[in-house]
Amino acid sequence: MAEKFLMPKLSPTMEEGQISRWVKNEGDAFEANETLAEVDTDKATMEMTALKGGTLLKILKGAGESAALGETIAITGKEGEDISALLSEVSSNGAKTQPPAAEEQPPASEGEAKAEPPASAGGTTPKSETAQEPKDPEPLAQRDNGRLIVSPIAARMAADNGLDLKSITGSGPNGRIIKRDIEAAMESKVQDPRSKAFKPSTVVGASPFRDENTSKMRQIIASRLAESIGPIPTFYLTVEIEMDNVLALRKQINANLEDDEKISVNDIIVKVAATSLMKHPFVNASYQDKTLRFYEQADIGVAVAIDEGLITPVVRGANLKGFAEISAEIKDLAAKAKAKKLQPEEYTGATFSISNLGMMGIKEFTAIINPPEAGILAIGGASPTPVVRDGQITIRNIMNVTMSCDHRVIDGATGAKFLQTFKQMLENPVLMLM
Amino acid sequence: MPKTATSRKTEQKSEKASGNPSSETADSTGSSDFVDVELAKAEYLKRRKSQLESIKKTDKKLLREMLYQMVLGRIFEEKCAEVYRMGMIGGFCHLYIGQEAIAVGSMMALRPDDMVITAYRDHVQAMVKGMTPESVMAELYGKEGGCVKGKGGSMHMFSKEHQFYGGHGIVGGQIGVGTGMAYAAKYKGTDQVTLCFFGEAAVNQGMFHESLNMAELWKLPCIYICENNQYGMGTSQSRAMSASSIAKKADAFHMANEFVDGMDVMAVREATLRAIERARKDGSPTLLEIRAYRFMGHSMSDPGNYRTRDEIKKYQERDPIILFKDSLKESKVLSDKDFEQIEQEAIEAVDKALKFAEESPFPAESELYTDVYAD
Amino acid sequence: MAVLTIRDALNQALREEILRDEKVFVMGEEVAEYDGAYKVTRGLWKEFGDKRVVDTPITELGFAAVGVGAAMAGLRPVIEFMTWNFSILAADQIINHAAKMLYMSGGQFNVPIVFRGPNGSAYQVSSQHSQALEAFYANFPGLKVVMPSTAADAKGLLKSAIRDNNPVLFLEQERMYGNKGEVPDDDDFTIPLGLADVKREGTDCTIVARSMTVPLALQAAELMQKEFDVSVEVIDPRTIKPLDIDTIVTSVKKTNRLVVAEESHYFASVGAEISHQVMEHAFDYLDAPVKRLSTAEAPNPYAKNLEALALPDVAKIVAAVKEVCYL
Repeated sequence: MAEKFLMPKLSPTMEEGQISRWVKNEGDAFEANETLAEVDTDKATMEMTALKGGTLLKILKGAGESAALGETIAITGKEGEDISALLSEVSSNGAKTQPPAAEEQPPASEGEAKAEPPASAGGTTPKSETAQEPKDPEPLAQRDNGRLIVSPIAARMAADNGLDLKSITGSGPNGRIIKRDIEAAMESKVQDPRSKAFKPSTVVGASPFRDENTSKMRQIIASRLAESIGPIPTFYLTVEIEMDNVLALRKQINANLEDDEKISVNDIIVKVAATSLMKHPFVNASYQDKTLRFYEQADIGVAVAIDEGLITPVVRGANLKGFAEISAEIKDLAAKAKAKKLQPEEYTGATFSISNLGMMGIKEFTAIINPPEAGILAIGGASPTPVVRDGQITIRNIMNVTMSCDHRVIDGATGAKFLQTFKQMLENPVLMLM
Repeated sequence: MPKTATSRKTEQKSEKASGNPSSETADSTGSSDFVDVELAKAEYLKRRKSQLESIKKTDKKLLREMLYQMVLGRIFEEKCAEVYRMGMIGGFCHLYIGQEAIAVGSMMALRPDDMVITAYRDHVQAMVKGMTPESVMAELYGKEGGCVKGKGGSMHMFSKEHQFYGGHGIVGGQIGVGTGMAYAAKYKGTDQVTLCFFGEAAVNQGMFHESLNMAELWKLPCIYICENNQYGMGTSQSRAMSASSIAKKADAFHMANEFVDGMDVMAVREATLRAIERARKDGSPTLLEIRAYRFMGHSMSDPGNYRTRDEIKKYQERDPIILFKDSLKESKVLSDKDFEQIEQEAIEAVDKALKFAEESPFPAESELYTDVYAD
Repeated sequence: MAVLTIRDALNQALREEILRDEKVFVMGEEVAEYDGAYKVTRGLWKEFGDKRVVDTPITELGFAAVGVGAAMAGLRPVIEFMTWNFSILAADQIINHAAKMLYMSGGQFNVPIVFRGPNGSAYQVSSQHSQALEAFYANFPGLKVVMPSTAADAKGLLKSAIRDNNPVLFLEQERMYGNKGEVPDDDDFTIPLGLADVKREGTDCTIVARSMTVPLALQAAELMQKEFDVSVEVIDPRTIKPLDIDTIVTSVKKTNRLVVAEESHYFASVGAEISHQVMEHAFDYLDAPVKRLSTAEAPNPYAKNLEALALPDVAKIVAAVKEVCYL
């Protein structure tokens, strides 16, 4: 039966999408999970896939056209079907209909929705597509006649955690990918399979956290300061950091690495910030009205400039990862960001952010906090500067760092202590081992 | 075969031993052989005088009602045949035409709180027990207004209000259930009796023997009425039963039994009254073999090629309604005019039932899942 | 709480319900003077007499029908089959009459009756006396099917069964009559029909077991914990019909693996039904195909070694758990 194909929700904040291009043309047949079109959302270009097979009978929104969530963008069905009734319905109602999400899903999922983490509930993108990865024709060891064999729960977990089943070797019968294979893959979540220079960490997904009730005093401080300066009462702390040791360290590390594995100063800054955050829980926190939320790992948002503006992909659990792993991950995320292929879970939910404009010749600046995070570091470029050391004038590479602090969470002294740790570690990287 | 002759003698002896008061009746009608119509006619003539006596002793209003119920049953079933052929009734449909004297003679001797259970030829029994022709016809139509809301059809008429425990579709299954109903009456200490109907073919089922054994063993107030219409579907009794007398099978359980002419409604009534007295007074069971003949096929889909037109015609001369009318007329209880009026009333009642059935809606789809489990 | 055998727990339930409701009576072969073929009715005839505890001839079809008729007429019979094997003679009454009466009568005649007795294998009693019939009966709408595995469940469920307004088939296990367990002293202690019980909590694999396989599954679970560090959850549905599939599905969503261990034969068993429902409701949560463990697809043999080979045991359950855990 012919059906309306509605603009799906492809990002958590998406309200409308613009058709970037149709991958399928009118009259083309498609299978479940095949990409029909690419859609620009507010965040990225997403592949819009079909939930079930059929034929693309009519395109109602062409490339470049926008449609609101739930608006009819195409008619699908069986080849040769009469769609005049649907077309007139669409044109008389306007294309917009309000489809309950469940309508397009098999009935079984209604009950399950309750048990699922909210991140994957609702929306039309999710898991189900990835769960059917077996469609991928690429032959690999664990395939049987080109079909990827995977247990249902393994498929589901891979989808929920953004793992590529193709990169996982199944240990079950017939090479079936089973739950423990996914668990192992999550332990060694390798974003760039080419990296060999580091041992994978055990970071899994976004940071766990604990909420603590805010004290009356903190609530008053929060509201008074907020009244004084916009919704987030921000203040700024600046520190000068001598980067010579870091530069030397970087040189040492890179000496042993291939070109595409070499790490940047920024990678080290991310790692040092993450390590410092672990020592200063108030900075790795967020204000949640009645509670303060303390994160257990440092998920660092790294601002990346792209043509349309700015996006902040997240390095999860940076405190637990080595330089090389962080470096590889940032390279991968930045590339995806530029290609607009970032998935929502890759650019939301950081616990702290870093913006580095050093390479653009900026010496010092302030950055805007990305709520609900409590702080962001604005990193300027390191430049040779005359300084006095042991009564002598000498030249050192000095970098200016300004932290923007949410005063509802971070007080001046708290922020200053964090910066002190951050500075000490950069100046004496050996402290990172402590 | 000598075997039959021998067993017949044994049966006669054991009859006396059981102290059954009605053994003479059974023997004199030659129940241990397959009666032919002529013999039945002769027996009837012999009984005629006492029959007219008992008509005199019976309440006139009741006699009129008995005739009315027989005529109603006949016209109702004829109407069923008619609308069945029009496709208004589905499934199986077993008609009672020719057997009216059994239901009327026995059930109209009951108290309203006495219990009745029967097999699938149950339309007339249901009405004689007090259920309206409307509720029975609507059930045949599979309508909401049917006595079981369209869930049972022809074979499954029930009414708790009228203590009618149903028409049942498994040959012999209801014999044990009826035994259990009688068991409950005894357990509760009421003096209700249970009438448990079944056809002669059910006698060959184990359930018949299991039930009669328990009923006599435990002295249950149950009256087993075997409606012997001489054919189990298309198989005549002689082709299905080694020993011909059904009544005498009760001897094996030391149970009181009688053979009754099922074309004689008064004979059925009298025999039932005797059985009721045994049940209420001593709490003991009885087996009545009531010989009748069904004038129609086994069911509406029966071609009837296993018996001749002549045979049917001969039995139709002993149509229980005609016999009863003759006796009532001779006894001056009712006149031709009364008969016409009774027939008219019955026709009207059946027309009314038909109209009700036609107008009643089909059951709601939600009914599919109701009454599967009790709360 | 008293520690009772399943036999005595059932006896207590019968006694308490006979005392509680004068419409309740027990009927069957050898239930009265003989004290019950398996002594479940021990002492009841002495205490309550002929009216409430009734010996029958060996006439299963007949006395099952007497029960159905008596229930239709307002009593609450508890009909004992010396074993469920003999219920097959009475299947017409259970299936064609008890199960359908309420429906056929348009809701007018319910049949509040309990049919009970030992189901499944005993010890070397061969083919005609070793059958587990729950799947056969559970197929028919109108019947409820209950299978207890502990003394407390036996008592609480039997009392609920007797108070239920429907035909309830109560399937015990001869091998388990002597199993002991704590039973609440409360003489109004009941367990609702249709409620599964988690007999052991675990996280890595779910075993659904009933009746005889419950103790076996619990032993297998201990073994899996000790030998393989695999945490097994054991669920006893207790009532086969209505089946508490929610509890099973919830467990499978947690453990991702399911073994069904049962005493009936493999083909079209209750385990097949459970497997299907889990597939239907928790497909996306399975890490391995559901494994079913049943009695061999052969009539039960007499010889000791063959009988052992045919029946489920701890080792077979362990092997099944290992298989779904890919061990």
